[in-house]
Amino acid sequence: MYNAKVMDHFNNPRNVGEMDSPDGTGRVGNPVCGDIMEIYIKVEGSIITDVKFKTFGCGAAIATSSMVTEMVKGKSLEDALKISNKAVAEALGGLPAIKMHCSVLAEEALSSAIDDYITKHPEKNSDALRILRKTPHHKEE
Amino acid sequence: MKPIYLDYAATTPADPAVVQAMIPYFHDAFGNPSAIYSYGQEAKSAIEKARSTIASLIGARDEEIVFTSGGTEADNYTLKGVAFANQKKGNHIITSAIEHHAVLESCKFLSKIGFKITYVPVDKYGLVDPDQVKKAITDKTILISVMHANNEVGTIQPIAEISRIAREAGVYLHTDAVQTAGHIPADVNELGVDLLSISAHKLYGPKGVGALYIRKGTKLMTFMHGGGQERGRRASTENVPGIVGFGQAAELVQPELDVEMIRLTNLRDILITGILNKIDRIHLNGHPVKRLPNNVNISVEFVEGESMCLNMDMAGICASTGSACSSASLEASHVLLAMGLDPVQAHGSLRFTLGKWTTEEEINKVLEVLPRIVTKLRAMSPLVKK
Repeated sequence: MYNAKVMDHFNNPRNVGEMDSPDGTGRVGNPVCGDIMEIYIKVEGSIITDVKFKTFGCGAAIATSSMVTEMVKGKSLEDALKISNKAVAEALGGLPAIKMHCSVLAEEALSSAIDDYITKHPEKNSDALRILRKTPHHKEE
Repeated sequence: MKPIYLDYAATTPADPAVVQAMIPYFHDAFGNPSAIYSYGQEAKSAIEKARSTIASLIGARDEEIVFTSGGTEADNYTLKGVAFANQKKGNHIITSAIEHHAVLESCKFLSKIGFKITYVPVDKYGLVDPDQVKKAITDKTILISVMHANNEVGTIQPIAEISRIAREAGVYLHTDAVQTAGHIPADVNELGVDLLSISAHKLYGPKGVGALYIRKGTKLMTFMHGGGQERGRRASTENVPGIVGFGQAAELVQPELDVEMIRLTNLRDILITGILNKIDRIHLNGHPVKRLPNNVNISVEFVEGESMCLNMDMAGICASTGSACSSASLEASHVLLAMGLDPVQAHGSLRFTLGKWTTEEEINKVLEVLPRIVTKLRAMSPLVKK
């Protein structure tokens, strides 16, 4: 069902854990659908310097959350918001069609964490960020 | 190393003797059972022998057994066949909330074309209350269908009691005995049923063949029209190798039934006790006693089923889950939800079903591996709050 890259992220997930005083926390998913993801970010300037995640979910849910944290570490808030679910799935070498919704959840968890950060630091909300945050750019495919 | 297989409820390996029994019927004794010449008669005689063995497994008469392509077809045939043949009498069917999809989807289909279905609820153990069945009966009821034992949680239903109610009301009773035939006593007269479904691949026989028991005198409409096989009840050139394999499987399983029940119950209980002792925040799903000898179904708090199964697979153990993530429909197990589990508990479910080749060593391996897996997954779960 899952390729080697997905299994690697599932087996050896990157950046698992909690963060002391995260600058932004994103939580998505719900018990009914069976996937819950939390992403915690540390922001210095406008760079995400550290990121951690916790996930309750299937192989794809764990792998996509692991991958998205790997993709976002060291990136600017702007670049982080440009990461689409498709990019996460591609970075993993592809996901079964029925599991693509997990990549959407990972993308949403990340943007939710960034939203939380901006809400706490409205002065950081640049025009570029404002536009990116308003644009829904994920596609399930 | 061969994986440890603990998903016998999903399917079973065919016994080597079953495979051997089937082989001659592909190329040597390959005739069409309807043919006059010896090839045909040889095949015909083989399927009649199988029919007889299978009938004796469930206490039926030979002529009351109709071969089908499996349990799903037997269920479909029953629901639709009884519905269409008895429309003048009524249009109401009673079933339970925890039936196999073959029954539920057939009911759903019938409800779209004018039939009324009552889905009797179950209690927290997955047990149907015969009184609730009784209360649901109206003068339009033509069929009651309640499975003998549930495939997910193993709960064994009070079919004999329901039969008394059905008989009193003059309503046909069907039971899906796919998980019970060959594993626990499943006699059509002790159970008091008019119709009963069986599947070969659940009792160490081949896939693609099963049977419907139809009590003499039961009115049901034929679904498969054609060359008149199975006394005009189910056309199609018979799956001779499959039927022979089915018969051989039934013959092997019958004498072992009592011993296997004891052996599997013992292994099952070692597994249940072991899991409950080694891991905290675990809940057993299904009835503790009225339960199939081979079924273990647990909910593990804070972790999800598919990720547990994937980890088990990497450790060389085959198990299954009621989690939405692992189903094609992305819905959590309807059985667990009907029993009152909340969605998280349903998503965190794990099922082990034991069988003929399960050993105590294999059980011990699960007990060694599962706690590690649960610890690893709980460490990354957002539901575990420090």
